[in-house]
Amino acid sequence: MCGIVGLLLKKPELRERLGELAMPMLIGMTERGPDSAGLAVFTGELAGMQRKYSFCAPAWEYDWAGFESSFIAKFGGQVTIIIKGNHAVLTCSAPAPKVRSWAKQAFPQLHVLAAGRLMDIYKDVGSPADVAGRYEFEKLAGSHLVAHTRMATESAVTPDRAHPFTAGEDFCLVHNGSLSNPYQIRRRLEPLGIGFDTDNDTEAACRYFEWRMREGDDLETAIHKGFEELDGFYTFLMGTADQLALVRDAFACKPAVVAETDDYVAISSEFRSLSKLPDIKNATIFEPAPEEIYLWRV
Amino acid sequence: MAGVTQAPRTIAAAVTFDLARQSLRELNQYLHHGLGATKKVLVLNPDGAHNIAAGMNAEVEIEIDGHAGYYAAGMNQRASVLIRGNAGPGVAEGMTSGVVHVKGFASVSAGAAAHGGLLVIEGDASLRCGISMKGIDIVVGGSVGDFSAFMAQAGRLVVCGDAGDALGDSLYEAVIYIRGQVKSLGADAHEEPMTGTDHDAVKNLLAKAGLKHDPREFRRVASKRELYHWNADANQEY
Repeated sequence: MCGIVGLLLKKPELRERLGELAMPMLIGMTERGPDSAGLAVFTGELAGMQRKYSFCAPAWEYDWAGFESSFIAKFGGQVTIIIKGNHAVLTCSAPAPKVRSWAKQAFPQLHVLAAGRLMDIYKDVGSPADVAGRYEFEKLAGSHLVAHTRMATESAVTPDRAHPFTAGEDFCLVHNGSLSNPYQIRRRLEPLGIGFDTDNDTEAACRYFEWRMREGDDLETAIHKGFEELDGFYTFLMGTADQLALVRDAFACKPAVVAETDDYVAISSEFRSLSKLPDIKNATIFEPAPEEIYLWRV
Repeated sequence: MAGVTQAPRTIAAAVTFDLARQSLRELNQYLHHGLGATKKVLVLNPDGAHNIAAGMNAEVEIEIDGHAGYYAAGMNQRASVLIRGNAGPGVAEGMTSGVVHVKGFASVSAGAAAHGGLLVIEGDASLRCGISMKGIDIVVGGSVGDFSAFMAQAGRLVVCGDAGDALGDSLYEAVIYIRGQVKSLGADAHEEPMTGTDHDAVKNLLAKAGLKHDPREFRRVASKRELYHWNADANQEY
């Protein structure tokens, strides 16, 4: 079991409250996923060549200053770093492939959780309330977010195996369910030079969709191909720079419910995590149908 | 009122529980052990909680003022439960008697494996509605999802809207009455002519559900009974 949560705000004036509005949604999914939690937030877009990278260190206390100076020594230029314990978001103008391979070599104990122009990621083991408090989810602002509460079935309980998973830039995916052919997907992607960070089944789905989009598919086409390629049970919620996408497998084994008002689109595994949202009593509420693709644009 | 830690409010003959202030356990303990002569219980702010009014065994009216989560009114006996909202997965699963009425839509596996009673869903029901039903009557005002009445053994499923794929797959002796389109019938299910008894049955069930349709608009789906015996020549193709 796991809990998925998504929130997209339709009105720019609400964006300051994104994290605050999503908190009860995430906490409401604690029973579905008490062992880890994570959240990807899409903030204002960085200009030009600028990129930001979310890193996760193995311990709460970490020498981020040392990391920052090594980074500057390697890439130079203007760098800012925002530190929240074992997580840091570093903004610079170095391109993602170079940063990823350098970090892997020079700081193998760090995980690169995310790369892009809009997306920050925080994820860790612990109850959703603890994780949310640790990284101050309540204070996060942005246009949309994707979050997850995990009850692990397919791989160990570690920060890097918590969701959201990311691949490429500004793309993330959370999953409730279990895939039965993740290694088949992996064996297809690895010869193409696509590396995996974990043995988690969800990572295979995430890298599969990102690979399809890099090959020229739009998200909808990629998901259609996923219906043929990905075997197992899933409710997937995906975030891109300007979209949320929701899809359930053909048997709709895993739950999902959507509530929409003039202000927001809110997605969760269960209604109980939507019940604290403003004006929920007047929201349009529906269950997404199996193998239907639901897309919402910012 | 064994197990009730906070005295419930009484409004005009109905005992009221507000789940925004009181725990689900308080409510269910009251429903199981504290009812006494109470004839009506009102549940406010259900907010998708699981197991509301599960395991009832009393002639009492329960009104849930909002959306219910998993297994609402599961294993119901004798109680009459009204959900003024949507129901989560497994509403009225395993019911043996009584009535469960959902004003909104129902998630997957509504009325699963239930032996008796009446389940009314005014909106749509999701996949696997009436899966393995064993005697319950289910009336759905809207449409039902794929695999509805899968391996249904006894009872009647009335669908006023459409049905998804594999309706009535591997049916035993349950009967389906469908008014709209069927995306596909499941293995061993087929349409049969409606008889006067069928029209009466549909008329009666629609009346009980408070839904107005002409029984003559419904078709009967039942088992071909070809799966009752193993056919080695079928080569696993049904």
